[in-house]
Amino acid sequence: MSMTITEKILARAAGKERVAAGELINAQVDMIMCHDVTTPPAISMLKEKGIDKVFDPEKIVVTPDHFQPAKDIKSAELHKRLDTWAKEKKLPYYYKIGRAGVCHALLPEQGHIRPGEVIVGGDSHTCTYGAFGAFSTGIGSTDLAAAIATGILWFKVPESMKFVLTGSLSKGVYSKDVVLEVIRRIGTDGALYKAMEFVGPALKEMSMAARMTITNMAIEAGGKNGIIGFDETTKRYLDGRLKGKTDYTVFESDVDAVYSHEDTIDCSSLEPMVAFPNLPSNGKPISECAGEAMDQCYIGSCTNGRIEDFRIAAGIIKGKEVAIRTIIVPTTPRIWKQAIDEGLAEIFYDAGCVVSAPTCGACLGGFMGILAEGEKCVSTTNRNFVGRMGSPKSGVYLASPATAAASAVEGQLTDPRKYL
Amino acid sequence: MAKAHVYKRDHVNTDEIIPARYLNTDDVAELALHCMEDLDTEFMAKHQAGDVIVCGDDFGCGSSREHAVWAIQGANIGVVIAHSFARIFYRNCINCGFYPIELHGALDKINDGDELEIDYKAGTIDNKTQGTKIEFTPLPDFALEIVNDGGLLDHIKNKK
Repeated sequence: MSMTITEKILARAAGKERVAAGELINAQVDMIMCHDVTTPPAISMLKEKGIDKVFDPEKIVVTPDHFQPAKDIKSAELHKRLDTWAKEKKLPYYYKIGRAGVCHALLPEQGHIRPGEVIVGGDSHTCTYGAFGAFSTGIGSTDLAAAIATGILWFKVPESMKFVLTGSLSKGVYSKDVVLEVIRRIGTDGALYKAMEFVGPALKEMSMAARMTITNMAIEAGGKNGIIGFDETTKRYLDGRLKGKTDYTVFESDVDAVYSHEDTIDCSSLEPMVAFPNLPSNGKPISECAGEAMDQCYIGSCTNGRIEDFRIAAGIIKGKEVAIRTIIVPTTPRIWKQAIDEGLAEIFYDAGCVVSAPTCGACLGGFMGILAEGEKCVSTTNRNFVGRMGSPKSGVYLASPATAAASAVEGQLTDPRKYL
Repeated sequence: MAKAHVYKRDHVNTDEIIPARYLNTDDVAELALHCMEDLDTEFMAKHQAGDVIVCGDDFGCGSSREHAVWAIQGANIGVVIAHSFARIFYRNCINCGFYPIELHGALDKINDGDELEIDYKAGTIDNKTQGTKIEFTPLPDFALEIVNDGGLLDHIKNKK
């Protein structure tokens, strides 16, 4: 019987010849991502239950990111618990503040993500790593504790949905617009419990950063994982970058694999999209919503906070003054340095933007850019739920870095194509 | 008897259940103070221990934060009944030993303020106010075992 890439990876991890959608399996976990919000409770749970074991220190990556550097005393306590544990367990891949970054940007950048592996993390956007042909999914603290201790988790093999990306993106349209269109079509629970597999010629032209933007938002459609097959672009990204184990297995879906849903997105026909409050599925083409006044622009996050994103934004902002407060958040120290070395930080400074240190911060309403009542923010992040970035009476408008940057310049939702 | 608090809403998300501004702690009692705060600021004042939350589709969508389940457990909510649950939230419930009831059409069968009596074993909800009996599909055995053990970690320990 034929299998999808997701089924093949899970079969391998379960030590089985084959698995089918709906089957319950115990899978060996290859990599675990730990951050400052969900890991400290997992550590406490393990301590409380008298479980001291870490199944394999080499397979755990730790980085504070949500509230780093600590935003208040309580988050400092979370960091302290994380720090104490990571040192006590002698975890070799513990990124301390100064080397820490937004987890889903940091782990691929630092070479911890390998194709064909089963990756879990205490964060819903762990699905990002599926861009590398891995099975990757978000879990809660209890699952995290179990994974840390045993290296094994149970999974129900998900049904797969196939999204064929045809055509090629026109100028000013990006992978963020593609994923907002996908979520607009199927809704925030359109892929509930399912694997979202992305294929097609338009992907070939996309960088790993652009692909990660797509798989990152699989959870916004309720997906268990998002996944993109391995190709030359993946290989180029990984070569010379992988830490520890440098070999990996490439899996691909059989041509006659079974999908519960198939859809084709003609990327050539897309225009820049904006998802209005309060659901990521409220996407509108920019031609229908340009002119809506904004109070803040936020460019960052695990969705769109990589160097490519800042190059795009700087290209639009260069030589202009932003009309609204604009917060630029490079997601890792390396990206932060690149932004300086490439002169992007200077462009942002000259335009009147504020450039911060790496943090998840305001994306989830933590700190460093919180919205007041009635304020609206055009943001390159992934969620626009009620109160997501601050007051329950504020609004978040999800868009690409180009749309966000153009909107910052004009102080209202703006079609970025006029600046390209 | 448990009272139903009905929210005729789909996609009640983890940011509404426990806003991220409170995620700087994992103290359950503290999290419980803010349970459902961005959906209903009155919630904590009006509910009693053992009461029931009733919602539409995709309850608990968004973040993987188990804090959402802890806040609900800390607020002494007996059970959440929803048309459907988001995947990570559902799994977190089971892992925390908290029973999620999936019931399509719950919003048509239960009104705000209805008094409910739930038989988890039989998979029935006795709606005392309306005088109706509602059936639901009980959790599958493997999940029930985890819930009955008080959560995943105790379940793992018990198995050893």
